[in-house]
Amino acid sequence: MPKSRKAPSPQLAAGSVALLIGTRKGAFILRSDRSHRSWKLSAPMFLGHTVHHLMLDPRDRRTMLMATRTGHLGPTVFRSTDFGKTWKEAKTPPAFPKAPEGQNGRVVDHVFWLTPGHPSESGLWYAGTSPQGLFRSNDGGITWQPFSYINDDPQYREWMGTVQDGTPDGPKLHSILIDPRDPAHLYFAMSGGGVHESVDGGRTWTSIVRGLEVVEGFDTATVTFHDPHCVRLCPTDPDRLFQQNHCGIYRMDRSEGRWIRIGKNMPKKVGDIGFPMVLHPRNSDTAWVFPMDGSTVWPRVSPGGKPAAYVTRDGGKTWTRQDKGFPRANAWWTVKRQAMTADAHEPVGLYLGTTSGEVWASRTGGTSWTCLARHLPEIYSVESAEL
Amino acid sequence: MTVYIPSALRSYTKQKSEVAVEGQTLAEVLAALDHRYPGLRFRIITEQGTIRQHIRIFVKEEQVRDLSVALQPEDQIHIICALSGG
Repeated sequence: MPKSRKAPSPQLAAGSVALLIGTRKGAFILRSDRSHRSWKLSAPMFLGHTVHHLMLDPRDRRTMLMATRTGHLGPTVFRSTDFGKTWKEAKTPPAFPKAPEGQNGRVVDHVFWLTPGHPSESGLWYAGTSPQGLFRSNDGGITWQPFSYINDDPQYREWMGTVQDGTPDGPKLHSILIDPRDPAHLYFAMSGGGVHESVDGGRTWTSIVRGLEVVEGFDTATVTFHDPHCVRLCPTDPDRLFQQNHCGIYRMDRSEGRWIRIGKNMPKKVGDIGFPMVLHPRNSDTAWVFPMDGSTVWPRVSPGGKPAAYVTRDGGKTWTRQDKGFPRANAWWTVKRQAMTADAHEPVGLYLGTTSGEVWASRTGGTSWTCLARHLPEIYSVESAEL
Repeated sequence: MTVYIPSALRSYTKQKSEVAVEGQTLAEVLAALDHRYPGLRFRIITEQGTIRQHIRIFVKEEQVRDLSVALQPEDQIHIICALSGG
């Protein structure tokens, strides 16, 4: 772990917001006015393409990368330098090396996750794929190369398992995190395959799974069995991480070196199962989750058909239900791990997209919610971008 | 020889549905196609050199799976998008 250094200053945004929405059938941009009361939905981009992630480069606020494939065609990355007006495909999308003759090499099924590099590293991007692979681009997403040794390391390959060991549409590498104080301090997570940290720019990695629970009957010491769904790093206290895991909600203060299951403080009838994890941009004690039913056969819809976000303002000691504006019943929502996010405004704006194609927002840190769009295709990701 | 391009790939071929390229084998034809239309090959052939799961390639109306198959100048090649669900 890096020595403690000064955390970056809180960034407070003031203008309008764009929501970058990736769906199973294309991408959309939802733009607000300056008050965030009025929103306008774009025409679909890449209609019919499966868009797992659409991300704006916060370093220039103009470049966007889109991780996509179609039902028939293989995975690729498209790049726009004019905020989505025109797109060009990457010259060399993320791909595993060709295996020697007679050996079975891996094939990227889809690019799942995109993370812009450190503010000091212009043009650098990271990508996580399914099956699990870590890739990097040094030229703004035009060419991609395998990054670090993990894609071919026997130990990591064992932890990654086979394509049958992951989520229904394939095991994923996700939650690529960069310490804002140090571009060489990195994290990534795998479903399945645990959480991993590097303090030397990816030359070496250490698994950080101590304190995490696994499915009953399996050994917590085996990294393979750990299934983080979404890991986030506090922007203003990078030594604090939060995680929504297959087996609960956790917080880690790096000085303690172990995950604490703060989800145990959630109401028992709601539980602490879900996909997204959202952090306050300026307060490291405040975080949001969107619980889903993890009982019996794991329905993973809003418990009881009553959607609600939950917020903690004390690092996970207590949680408060936030459901004002949501349907009161018969709303069986699923929100995927990339489909809930916050903006950098005060109060914080929250946004989520459901697999049933609805986008909901709160201008007040979750205290009330309104529907911004409905009838979209199945939503995979929602990212906020400051305009 | 003529390669018939499915609609899903015509964004690469400037909307052309058939393209004339040279090559002694299917691998050479695909390489020539990719040289002219960069990026097209990777969308249908994996990094391991195999035809992607939901792509089929027919030569003279016979499905081929081996890219080393020899071709004749008069051969017609059909690239087909096949059954990927809704």
